[in-house]
Amino acid sequence: MSVLERVRPERGVTPEREPRVTDQLGRRVRAGELVWRYLLLLVVLALAVGPFLWQLSTSLKGPTEDIYGSPPSFLPGRPTLHNYTRVAGTIPVWDYALNSLKVATASVVTNCVGSALAGYALARLRFRGRRVTTLAFVLAMLVPVEGILIAQFTTMRELGLNNTLIGVVLPGAVGAMNVLLMRNAFRALPYEIEEAAYVDGANAWQRFLRVALPSVRGTVAVVAIFAFMGAWDDFLWPLIVLSDPSRFTLTIGLNYLHGTFADDERLVAAGTVIAVAPLIALFACLQRYFFRGVGEGAVKG
Amino acid sequence: MAAPTAPTRAQHPVPTRIRRQLPTSPWLFAAPGLLVTGAFVLYPFVSTLVNSFTDRRTLLPGHFVGLANFRELLHDDMFWTGLRNSTLYVVGVVPALVVLPLLLALLVQKNIPGITFFRSAFYTPVVASVVVVGLIWVWLLDERGLVNSLLETVGVGRVGFLSDQWLLLLSAMAVTVWKGLGYYMVIYLAALANVPRELHEAAAVDGAGPVRRFFSVTVPAVRSTMVLVAALSSVAAFKVFSEVYLMAGPSGGPAGEDTTLVMLVQRTGTGLTGRVGYASALSVVVFAVTVALMLLVLRADRGEEA
Repeated sequence: MSVLERVRPERGVTPEREPRVTDQLGRRVRAGELVWRYLLLLVVLALAVGPFLWQLSTSLKGPTEDIYGSPPSFLPGRPTLHNYTRVAGTIPVWDYALNSLKVATASVVTNCVGSALAGYALARLRFRGRRVTTLAFVLAMLVPVEGILIAQFTTMRELGLNNTLIGVVLPGAVGAMNVLLMRNAFRALPYEIEEAAYVDGANAWQRFLRVALPSVRGTVAVVAIFAFMGAWDDFLWPLIVLSDPSRFTLTIGLNYLHGTFADDERLVAAGTVIAVAPLIALFACLQRYFFRGVGEGAVKG
Repeated sequence: MAAPTAPTRAQHPVPTRIRRQLPTSPWLFAAPGLLVTGAFVLYPFVSTLVNSFTDRRTLLPGHFVGLANFRELLHDDMFWTGLRNSTLYVVGVVPALVVLPLLLALLVQKNIPGITFFRSAFYTPVVASVVVVGLIWVWLLDERGLVNSLLETVGVGRVGFLSDQWLLLLSAMAVTVWKGLGYYMVIYLAALANVPRELHEAAAVDGAGPVRRFFSVTVPAVRSTMVLVAALSSVAAFKVFSEVYLMAGPSGGPAGEDTTLVMLVQRTGTGLTGRVGYASALSVVVFAVTVALMLLVLRADRGEEA
């Protein structure tokens, strides 16, 4: 709920017929302030979204259209999907998209299941070693991924999983941060609900599945979305673990496309649009979970 | 790992509510998470520390070499280049990421019509992959790209953003800031929502203008969030890889002058000829600086408070 437009007739000082814009506390925002606020917002909007639109525009420009002109032409004169078919002819971009989708989906499933289970154990089950287990997850969260890449790579080699999609998924399969997020979510639930189930004879698995888990669906959604985004966007780890071009994910494929056809801006632009469009669509549909994730992950974490 | 044990009454006097479970079930719950974390985070961490004292290579088992790797670091020009660039990255990026998202949050805080659209739009760069973002800016900042077209149109002339060593590093920093703005904006929005309105009103009654209120009401109220943002962004900035890798190329520019520390780790330690031992020593430096940065930020915070 963001927009509050109210007429406040009790103030006799100002004319009453025009509805005035008010802020969240119902106080009027002056017209002058509104103007400069919207001006600034539009400037930032152009800076934030403009680059994406320019990339989209470039990808839609045909081979005969000038993309270097000064002053630049922002809209394609004759929009064409030619560059998208060219990308597919240059690199197996749809296979890469499928690989990215597989990796991201697997990451969502393993993160949701793994962190919900572990989070529940840490929050609600009593066992010897619980504190040590919690500490292990906290420490794991603090370890910078960039510092252990090489060791992760040698571990994958030892397991024979380098150059496989499983190798891409595994290191981030159950994020320590997600485990702690789920733990906090379970801890915030009132004990009484589970007590009732316990009295009815439910064991730990039943209490987890039927009582606790349905109550933390919001946090599970946050974990799912950030797992998907993290896996889909990840670059450094897949770059290290994948060497066979047939197994590339989209980000690695794009890097390869850029490295090999850097001078063909229309082609690279089409590739980037293919890579970013699904996530922007996902974001547009599930905005509130994206924002909640930032809040829960950073502020409370 | 400890063997699964059933809790006994003596050890846990409180939990009458949740007992009598299958004795192994807590460990079964925790197992997937523990296995992944242990095998792919904690074990690699320990193994990085151990390997840093060996001459291990990707295909060859290593021997203990003591501090040889660390001695070699001191004489490795590329290491100093990487350390310099990663440090410069922190210096350049962190102040911008502490201040600009706060101003942006103040801009989108007021619930005026259409503001949710603007908030979401400002968050879009966060959602996009760093590869996409990097390649978009490589094209924008190209010698013949949009930014240079605009600069030429207004009469400034074309600038070689991606050909000069320092301009390239600056451009990469700008891209990192551009991509991070929305993320930290959301963090600041949450903090601003908790600033009591009365403070602003009291200051306004006392005749403080918007700038004065910003410095004497808003900044003190969100100071702990600013520290958090400084900590998060400085650690992330020091570990920069993708932006510079994409904009300068895998070798970090013609003479590797734009190489960052993590780029050096990646270049040294991976592939079939990778020097795992030496790359691990480089990684240990990454750890050490990361921890030091966190402590520094926390200490600066405490110093200001006193």
